[in-house]
Amino acid sequence: MSRRLAYDGVVAAMPVTVPYARYSTHAAHWWLGRALAALIRESGIAKADIDGVCVSSFTLGPDTAVGLMQHLGMSPRWLDHIPMGGASGVVALRRAARAVQAGDAEVIACIAGDTNHVDSFRHTVSQFSRFAQDAVYPYGAGGPNASFALLTDHYMRQYGATREDFGKLCVAQRDNALRNPHALMRKPLTLAQYLDARPITDPIHLFDCVMPCAGAEGFLVMTEERARALKLPGVRIRSTIERHNAYPDDPIQFRGGWAMDRDALYEHAGVSPADVDFIETYDDYPVINMLQFEDLGFCAKGEAPAFVREHGFTIDGSFPFNTSGGQLSVGQAGAAGGYLGLVQALRQLTNAAGAMQVADARIGLVSGFGMINYDRGLCSGAALLERGTA
Amino acid sequence: MSTAILAQFMAELLSGRIRLVDLTQTLTPEFPTIVLPPELGQAWPFRIEEISRYDERGPAWYWNNFSCSEHTGTHFDAPVHWVTGKDQPNNAVDSIPVENFIAAACVIDVSAEAAKDPDFLLTIDFVLAWEAQHGRIPERSWVLLRTDWSKRSGAKEYLNMAEDGAHSPGPDAEVVPWLIRERNVHGFGTESIGTDAGQAHHLNPPYPCHYFMHGNNRYGLQCLTNLDQLPPQGALILAAPLKIRNGSGSPLRVLALTPRT
Amino acid sequence: MTDAAPKPKRKNPVARTRLPTLPPASRSRAALGLARAAAEGRFEMQACADCGAVQYPPREVCGSCLSERLDWREVANGGALIATTTLRHSNDAYFRERLPWRVGTVKMDAGPSAVAHVHEDCQEASRVRLALKLDRSGQAVLHALPAEDTPNMNDSPQLRETHCDPKHRRVLVTDGRSTLGRAMVKASLDAGAATVFVGDPATWKADAGFDAFVASDPRIEPVALDVTDTDSVDRLAASIGAKVEILINTADHLRDGGVMHARDVGLARDAFDVNVLGLMRLAQAFGPTMCFRAADGTHGAVAWVNLLSIHALAALPARGAWSASKAAALSAALTLRAEFGGAGIRVMNVFPGPIDDEWEQLTPPPKLAPSAVAAAVVRGLRDGVEDLYVGDVAEELRARLRDNHKAVERELGG
Repeated sequence: MSRRLAYDGVVAAMPVTVPYARYSTHAAHWWLGRALAALIRESGIAKADIDGVCVSSFTLGPDTAVGLMQHLGMSPRWLDHIPMGGASGVVALRRAARAVQAGDAEVIACIAGDTNHVDSFRHTVSQFSRFAQDAVYPYGAGGPNASFALLTDHYMRQYGATREDFGKLCVAQRDNALRNPHALMRKPLTLAQYLDARPITDPIHLFDCVMPCAGAEGFLVMTEERARALKLPGVRIRSTIERHNAYPDDPIQFRGGWAMDRDALYEHAGVSPADVDFIETYDDYPVINMLQFEDLGFCAKGEAPAFVREHGFTIDGSFPFNTSGGQLSVGQAGAAGGYLGLVQALRQLTNAAGAMQVADARIGLVSGFGMINYDRGLCSGAALLERGTA
Repeated sequence: MSTAILAQFMAELLSGRIRLVDLTQTLTPEFPTIVLPPELGQAWPFRIEEISRYDERGPAWYWNNFSCSEHTGTHFDAPVHWVTGKDQPNNAVDSIPVENFIAAACVIDVSAEAAKDPDFLLTIDFVLAWEAQHGRIPERSWVLLRTDWSKRSGAKEYLNMAEDGAHSPGPDAEVVPWLIRERNVHGFGTESIGTDAGQAHHLNPPYPCHYFMHGNNRYGLQCLTNLDQLPPQGALILAAPLKIRNGSGSPLRVLALTPRT
Repeated sequence: MTDAAPKPKRKNPVARTRLPTLPPASRSRAALGLARAAAEGRFEMQACADCGAVQYPPREVCGSCLSERLDWREVANGGALIATTTLRHSNDAYFRERLPWRVGTVKMDAGPSAVAHVHEDCQEASRVRLALKLDRSGQAVLHALPAEDTPNMNDSPQLRETHCDPKHRRVLVTDGRSTLGRAMVKASLDAGAATVFVGDPATWKADAGFDAFVASDPRIEPVALDVTDTDSVDRLAASIGAKVEILINTADHLRDGGVMHARDVGLARDAFDVNVLGLMRLAQAFGPTMCFRAADGTHGAVAWVNLLSIHALAALPARGAWSASKAAALSAALTLRAEFGGAGIRVMNVFPGPIDDEWEQLTPPPKLAPSAVAAAVVRGLRDGVEDLYVGDVAEELRARLRDNHKAVERELGG
């Protein structure tokens, strides 16, 4: 029996994307500022009426959310900075929802964005974490490729996943991306091309890797009444979870924190996996999608390869998944990558997804995963969202 | 009168009728110093380090620091160098009367003998035979032993060390006191590394040249070169050591004035 | 199975010499505990003094019970290789030049999992041994090695990045006249050195034994070298400096005598001239060229070895001047290590106890045979350590110093 409060009377609304660029000469402030401006412009809300801000960015340094407020001329009474990478979107949503619910703020702008200079990625990676500095970076693993290669190798060995299985997901995501005007990768991808791609870090090949880029995403969290007054379609939050450093004794990551919390997630929402109409996972590497299918209850541990073989993952497939194309096809704009799935889910549940729209989408599941601090992703989160009535 | 002599001397020098011969070895780090048993104190070899050479250490000038012992390279031995000379008056390089830095020289050529026997020792009989040919050694003359040792190439040949020590020529234990007593010589000079022979520690007394010469307030010159360019008699030697307080000797430039023949 | 490293080809004289690159060197202070163990070839991890949990990566407090009492201790180095990958791409210049590069995840018997460099002879999903090695940055890294030795395993390209094997390399032994110097030459030849230049500080000194020794192997090249003579050092560097891949400084000036009761500083000055200034002269003459050649071909310049003494760490009053010179030499060597760091050249300091030669005649046993010291140096080069304590006397003195350095002062002075 959950003692958690429901997210009654709170909605998420107004998904915005600042179109991505492979490289940018602008700073992160520019991208975050553009996202905030888009939220204001498209919602019609006055800048001064946004009284809460939540920020995620890797390249904002030396500034934090605080410095950004002066930069953007904002005076919020509620401010949060969430450094959780791929879990930032879900965590921002649940923090903001509770703040609005409690009356600490009325309208909260959640924004995430990063720039990408030609040398940003190498710089970010080398400074990423103390454990990475001490115990990963010296091993030639400049970036998460090697860490994911190792857990992919282990997963394939342990559960019999094949490159074709990963390829099927990547090809489906690329199909979805072809309908997304914001996707950086707009050329069709065939399974043969996927399989023939050059190896990067065995068994990771080129199309298993996201492309770092610059971009920003944002959404608003407010009361249902406020959304109604602004005539903004809102999305209800049925339940959310987050977990950090789950299963620290697993010798290598084969499951994420979702497995610890998924029963609470569905119970709190009062829905089951079968009720979910589409899912937006965190997809920096295809193996992580399989972990999420398992740990979020769509199949048992180790059965994701079979699950993948059984389903179609395109927008109109049997298991609509990463309907924007995901980071693998849209690009990974730093912390904005942790918002991509959530913003896309908001579009799906407010009929704003255009050509990407999943028919009759009522319940969507958004999942986040972030921060390869050492050998594994530490942050996990998920949110069950429902189409609003407004 | 003396003004006229000096003027004539200068004229002779300028005309080349008097010739200057450099009897000095070049100071280099590889020029050997005397080898003593390793547990004894050692003479420093010549060492040189650049101070600057028109560079950031000194933009417009070139100069060096050097270090060496008082007995490195071509050098002068003062009487105080040896224990027998320690109580002699004016026995250190700073107190030796300057007139003693100019003296005539007799050059005894033993190069043929030394070539055959590196342990060749100069004897009274050899000197008497030399005098019979070249005339009696005048008083206050340097006796310079020409061995052609300076022509030996490299430290190994020059020191000529064997398991039982160095092998190089020098005077025997009788001729040195005889030269002092009977000829009142000024000092003794050699081409090899010491005024004594390489094996002179086996003579009685050991190192007789040092023992007697310095014990009688006479001087030594060693590591000389170009002795083959001097006449048996008639050369004048300029050998003025550095003025080191209580110095036992000093490297120096040794010049010989010889009549052009 | 690892292929034996082939003899290096002659250099193409018109090709640009590749400059050295280094793997990432930045570490937290706690992680530098690994360097302390790797420097001597030990395998140590942090372990909690309260709950016993072994920590990796190194931490500030125990990840299990939050105790701050984390000790470094030797732990079991076995483990299971549970995942591997081969890097075929890297953003890091050092690894880019060395691709493909194999790494893996090892579940250690001691507890934690670790990312490690993986030896080519390790089978997938097999038992492995972990070793802490110093990489070219001089920082500690984990290498997973096959559970049992395999043929030529030290020749694997990844492992070669951690060691300084004399095989196929050209070595300069700065003083080959001493018994230790000669033993060092012999050991280098036995280790497969391509050439050993043998410094001769006393070319004037006839020694039939030395002449015969020099003639005993065509790989020996005698060279005149007096480390007290700047000109001699410079001349030698000008002639062979670009051929020296390992420099082993055996020059020493050992004499009895303390500080106060010495009649003068002559002995001290001679000792410093050889042991300290000699080291500096060699460094100034040979160091820059070695740095330039640190990545020259497959067998570039790789190591600088200083034969110090355990008395560099604890003064022996009976040899006070000499002890002081060895302590000063150690200090200079530490600076040299920092200066060579940019090129990735290992500076190995060797701390032997008394060596059985003419200057230790009256020293009671145990004394080290020169050949034993030389063998330890070669082993140290092959293992890639940077501090080498040789012999029971050195090990014991070191343990006593750790235990109570004030006791050592009093006992050595008594």
